[in-house]
Amino acid sequence: MKPVNEVGIVGYGGYIPMYRIRDEEIGEIWSKGTKKFPIKEKSVPGLDEDVITMSVEASWQALKVAQIDPKSIEAVFIGAESHPYAVKPSATVVAEAIGATPKLIAVDMEFACRAGSTAMQNIIGLVGSEMIKYGLAIGADTAQGRPGDELEYTAAAGAAAFIIGPGDESLAIFESTYSYVTDTPDFWRREGEYYPRHGQRFTGEPAYFKHTISAARGLMEESGLKPDDFDYVVFHQPNVKFPLRAGKILGFSREKILPGLLSNIIGNTYAGASLLGLIAVLDIANPGDRILMVSFGSGAGSDAFNIVVTDKISRRSKKTSLSTYIETKKYINYALYAKYRRKIRLR
Amino acid sequence: MNNVYIIGTGMTKISEHWEKSLRQLLVEAALKAVDNALISLKDIEGIFVGNMSSGYLQGQEHLGSLLATWLGIPGVAACKVEAACASGGVAFHQAVLSVASGLYDCVLAIGVEKMSDVITSDVTSALIMADDQEYVAGIGTTFVGLNALVYRVYMERYNVKQEDIALFPVHCHKYAQYNPYARFRNTISVEDVLNSPLIADPIRLLDSSPIGDGSAAAVLCSENFLRKIGRRDELVKVLASSVATDTFSLNDRDDLTTLYASKIALKKASRMANIDINQISLMEVHDAFSILGVIHLEDLGFAEKGRGVNLIKEGQIEYDGKIPTNISGGLKARGHPIGATGIYQIVEVSRQLLGKADAKQVPDPTIGLAQNVGGVGGTISINILGRVR
Amino acid sequence: MVESIPRVWRERKYKYRLIGSKCNDCGKIFYPPRSVCLKCGSKNLVEVPLARTGRVFSYTVIRSPPSEFTLYKPYIIALIELDDGVKILSQLTDIEPKDVKIGMRVKAVFRKYKEQSENGIIEYGIKFTPLK
Repeated sequence: MKPVNEVGIVGYGGYIPMYRIRDEEIGEIWSKGTKKFPIKEKSVPGLDEDVITMSVEASWQALKVAQIDPKSIEAVFIGAESHPYAVKPSATVVAEAIGATPKLIAVDMEFACRAGSTAMQNIIGLVGSEMIKYGLAIGADTAQGRPGDELEYTAAAGAAAFIIGPGDESLAIFESTYSYVTDTPDFWRREGEYYPRHGQRFTGEPAYFKHTISAARGLMEESGLKPDDFDYVVFHQPNVKFPLRAGKILGFSREKILPGLLSNIIGNTYAGASLLGLIAVLDIANPGDRILMVSFGSGAGSDAFNIVVTDKISRRSKKTSLSTYIETKKYINYALYAKYRRKIRLR
Repeated sequence: MNNVYIIGTGMTKISEHWEKSLRQLLVEAALKAVDNALISLKDIEGIFVGNMSSGYLQGQEHLGSLLATWLGIPGVAACKVEAACASGGVAFHQAVLSVASGLYDCVLAIGVEKMSDVITSDVTSALIMADDQEYVAGIGTTFVGLNALVYRVYMERYNVKQEDIALFPVHCHKYAQYNPYARFRNTISVEDVLNSPLIADPIRLLDSSPIGDGSAAAVLCSENFLRKIGRRDELVKVLASSVATDTFSLNDRDDLTTLYASKIALKKASRMANIDINQISLMEVHDAFSILGVIHLEDLGFAEKGRGVNLIKEGQIEYDGKIPTNISGGLKARGHPIGATGIYQIVEVSRQLLGKADAKQVPDPTIGLAQNVGGVGGTISINILGRVR
Repeated sequence: MVESIPRVWRERKYKYRLIGSKCNDCGKIFYPPRSVCLKCGSKNLVEVPLARTGRVFSYTVIRSPPSEFTLYKPYIIALIELDDGVKILSQLTDIEPKDVKIGMRVKAVFRKYKEQSENGIIEYGIKFTPLK
């Protein structure tokens, strides 16, 4: 799929909370009986943080890079699976906080970890059809892991924001995108439930790998590209093993995968995951670099994007680079983690 | 302006009065004051009730009319007066104005607060209503927290240590031993203060006035009324009554360590009474927190800014010192039922002047000052009373 | 405190984007915004965004909060002097009480303040974190 007009990223920004908990610490409490963990450590949101607050911070960063008047943003789409309200959009609060109201389209999106890339696709469509000039697409989550479950070792928090606009103003162009979606119930949460459930090993081959690989292959076929044409590839990263294996199956070398692979040190930021990986790559990419980004959301679906960096990438700033958030960290113990993640019953 | 006299006072003990309701406390104090004044209830023409939070804590407003009925005298003028923790002092001020204007001959000024009806976090919510609900309470500040901001700036700027500020509550407890109405009658030491739990750094539990219930009342009357009842002795005259405000919130203040309203109110009051502060025999000041007690000594002109603790160390605020202060035990030990405190101070100063203190008697006092503070100085009332011979 | 939705709605612009008022006659800036100048009495005030960085003027740690803030205790309240001269009362976050110093530099961030009861609306606003 490609828009009629050239569309790209005019500004971008990421946000990761400063607290970290080591998988080792979680393992001590739930006696995993092993010293092998899916990742080293993950980010934990503070008590006063949620999808809305992180999205605002990421959006403010993106605005600093884009240097546009917030009032010219005419769409705010936020994808998450942990929106603070079940009914009442996060998008309106973010739009208000950045000063984009009242003339705009604002929508909350949901499709597990794919919600952020889904937001991007929608904004690309709105911009590409010239319905709007600039739109803000955000992927963010404060994912909850069931205590003692495998996913508790990786469920983390973060937000990524992209201001998408006309190609001639962009620091990276979306050349094309491809989505692969099927009804595959690998991970779900029923209405009213606090923690999600999943199909354990079923989440691997029939879910993550089937959709990730099909979307990537579908995109490459449609655009006539091969792995060698790409300088970087960013996958959805629920852990370290899955994206490395997907890359290997598709024929990408490790060097192309590692720069966009953050899960080992920040965890799985769900709707923000592949997007934050993309930001890490954009922070170091050069004009002309081609990036393949493939998200994955349980349920299930993958969106693949073919992105080319322009010379306007020099607009990025050291001050707003993701590395500051990755490197600013404070380790907490399980007790504080349980308090921050509201796993302790107050009533 | 006509002369105004206090001819009777009454108060309840300050305690957690589990068995007494707000209205029962009001009636108890009112009846005691009326008896002490040797008048009948029918002589009262107006009632001014000082109270801060009856609406939030008891769901009860319209206290003036409530008390009039409960005293069996519906028909009289009555209202509730509210100025946060200065409600008592300001209610007294309104009562003074009503008599001084010539419109009323005999009125009742009464304060009450019942804080033990709810849990502590609800009292905390009630108290912060004294400051900006939208931009101060809304961001999670507590009333103790506001005073803590002042305390910290004071310590840093004047290089004063907490153990010296702690001398003020220690002083208050020492004297409350002699006050049968006091909330606390035990003595405490500086170590006790410094080891008590933190509430809002650096303020600790024993830096802070306690939660408690109580009511205090005073009967005020005109010269006319005195003649009518043939009364000539046991009189206290209101020499001055003033109220002043400062900026509502701390962030608009130029100097966090000065309560400007104290200075303005004192200036107005001294002019009205035609005295200077050296003529004051004793005072009751509003030590909601230890740091405020020290700051009041400075703002009221008895010590230079930053040197209030020296006055305490030199023994000047003892009952026989240069300026006996809070001989009742002050807010810290006598107690601080918010809206009632201002009237407790009036009662205590009056009885000291009459030589009838329920406390260590200050030798031969002639003029007394009561300072009542609302919020962190948003409103301050100063009443100056004199003995009449 | 009785919950109020209209109040939160009215305040959102000023709290989300840190907007105060400036007196066009004497230049003094105020927060919260108002319509009469405290310094010169003028009624010629306009809305202005405040500076986003400043220093800690005073601070305290709340250990006995009102009920709706219980989950967050202990938390830090600070009086901050922004770089444009306005003083604002706010919270410091992502820092421990022992690391707070008077005079330290801080910057504005967007955070959650509280929930109006367990199932009430969420109130957001500006807090401050250390500025490196």
